[in-house]
Amino acid sequence: MTNPNNATISTVHTAEFTSGHALQIPTLRILQDDGSLYPGAEAPQLDKTTALKMYDSMQFIRILDERMLAAQRQGRISFYMQCLGEEAATVGSAAALDDKDMIMAQYREQGALRYRGFSLEQFMNQLFSNEKDLGKGRQMPVHYGSKDIYYMTISSPLGTQIPQASGYAYAQKLRGLKNTTICYFGEGAASEGDFHAGLNMAAVHKAPVIFFCRNNGYAISTPANEQFKGDGIACRGVGYGIKAIRVDGADILAVYKATQMAREYALEHEEPILIESIAYRLGAHSSSDDPTGYRSKEEEELWRKNDPISRFRLWLVKQGWLDEEADKVKLDALRQEILDALKVAEKVAKPGIEHLMSDVYETPIPLLNEQLEELKAHIRKYPDAYPVTAGRFE
Amino acid sequence: MAKMNMLQAINNALDLAMAKDDGVVCFGEDVGHFGGVFRATSKLQEKYGKSRCFNTPLTEQGIAGFANGMAAQGMKPVAEIQFADYIFPAFDQIVNETAKFRYRSGNEFNVGGLVFRTPYGGGIAGGHYHSQSPEAYFAHTPGLKIVVPRDPAQAKGLLLASINCPDPVIFFEPKKLYRASVGEVSEDYYEIPLGKAEVLQQGKDVTVLAWGAQMEIIQKAAEMAAADGISCEVIDLRSIQPWDVDTVAESVMKTGRLVINHEAPLTGGFAAEIASTIQKKCFLHLESPIERVCGLDIPYPLALEKEYVPDHLKTYEAIKRSVNF
Repeated sequence: MTNPNNATISTVHTAEFTSGHALQIPTLRILQDDGSLYPGAEAPQLDKTTALKMYDSMQFIRILDERMLAAQRQGRISFYMQCLGEEAATVGSAAALDDKDMIMAQYREQGALRYRGFSLEQFMNQLFSNEKDLGKGRQMPVHYGSKDIYYMTISSPLGTQIPQASGYAYAQKLRGLKNTTICYFGEGAASEGDFHAGLNMAAVHKAPVIFFCRNNGYAISTPANEQFKGDGIACRGVGYGIKAIRVDGADILAVYKATQMAREYALEHEEPILIESIAYRLGAHSSSDDPTGYRSKEEEELWRKNDPISRFRLWLVKQGWLDEEADKVKLDALRQEILDALKVAEKVAKPGIEHLMSDVYETPIPLLNEQLEELKAHIRKYPDAYPVTAGRFE
Repeated sequence: MAKMNMLQAINNALDLAMAKDDGVVCFGEDVGHFGGVFRATSKLQEKYGKSRCFNTPLTEQGIAGFANGMAAQGMKPVAEIQFADYIFPAFDQIVNETAKFRYRSGNEFNVGGLVFRTPYGGGIAGGHYHSQSPEAYFAHTPGLKIVVPRDPAQAKGLLLASINCPDPVIFFEPKKLYRASVGEVSEDYYEIPLGKAEVLQQGKDVTVLAWGAQMEIIQKAAEMAAADGISCEVIDLRSIQPWDVDTVAESVMKTGRLVINHEAPLTGGFAAEIASTIQKKCFLHLESPIERVCGLDIPYPLALEKEYVPDHLKTYEAIKRSVNF
């Protein structure tokens, strides 16, 4: 019997529905809270240098988040988003990739960005929208991006990067590159139509993309149980004919292992793959949000005990790779370094007026040149009203 | 009368509409228990239950399609799109479905009673994706009504009229004014008719026209011009579609000059539509070219937001150009 619909062809003769909960995918956990492995679990192959770089990236992000949220509260930057509680998910996945694998993130993946090598100065320049920001001060804080390190610039609209990642990975395949694309998004963004479009197209056209869903329990105030029914996001991959795995997103060894395997599989079989990471957004959605309006302190405390960093630190100590005293000194130094970098970046000038009009098109169209000249004449007339740009052009 | 900010006035309007008609249902992202990210639907779930005020999954196309379906059944969905910048996944549902429901079916079906509420506009350091004014995209779609209030009392009366309107309405709320704009608002149910502009200040030299958050900008510019002895007639358009051609034309026949202000980019903005219609209606009365004071033809920026916006100084200069032509 031929099967043009590409569906199961076995038949039954009594009506029986498959339950919406028929598929339940277990969660991979390797590392226990005390830094030892679960019985029967095997640590991924991980050398000391990589492991310490992962640890440093997590700590960097934790301290950066703490410092920059405070800076937002002081009115020094306009907006901020923390990665608190999801450091292992973002760092562990990025660490399992090749440096030339493309990263298409949502907006809370500064761990992946740091692991890739985005410098403290680059973080600060973006956060302060100054003239050294690679994005030329055009987007809100945390909308990072860098071509040099294969990190696509963040766009706020949710889920738009999902079908783009499928297309990017398909192009990598056509070019014969041995690289993949990782695409991060939240369980909320997985409700967008772009999620369906992206996964289905990747499956049909065999794009080597790793879909990495950060299921952190909340989309702003909306809990996951009001976001979807059924067994999370991983099982949806199966519906599209995509291999899927669920991991404990606070367990960096599990995340690393799953992403390593996913990458190998995606490249070898030229197929997409889906990872669902289960962690908890310990912080607010953003500096504009206050979670006390929709969840309890008790719930937060429960998850706070599940700290991804302390678990990994204990494992590193057990390996004899981390000296806790030296680490403390290093972290204190990092705090100071971040504060110093902040003070430098906030004094750097904002982008010049020419950057209002550049990059709308590759070459500004005549209308834009005309508008720029009119604007300059206006600013010359009222310099006090435009302190950022007045006096900085001919 | 009670003192309310714009959010409280909107919340009060929704409360009254839900109390009056059990077909009115509010939903959207974070709209339920939390009351929306701006709290416009605060306490409505508590008061009317989870079936009439609820969170939706994070899908604007889903929200719009769901609203179309509910309205087609005869209910009055008031669907919130969290930011107007995020309305575009719903563009297909709104442009191809909402707008054409009645026409394509020969009036067999319609989605009257459907209102999309969505915060729009800049001035909050929101960059590209929390600042846009997309009214012109929708004004280009026959079948939709488009309303933009300027203050709390207007927001309440226009929103109640929108919910009671037999045609679908997109209700753009100036988020910059949500808490900043405070005024006396009647606690009773009242409607302000759609499609009617309001002359806020009589004048004889030049007509100055805007809507929503730009009203306070042009009023400030008109004050500056008054100090120079220029008398401005200030008009709030209030409805973009249908727009009140008669009120604007009548004013321009009197003043002979027109300055239009909107925050959206110049090219293809709704000011172009107004200018074109008015030059035809008032050709022999015009003393100078119609001026448009609008956003630049670029994506809404962040660090240089002040330079981008059509502020009171740019409007004041345009008023002078218009009068001294």
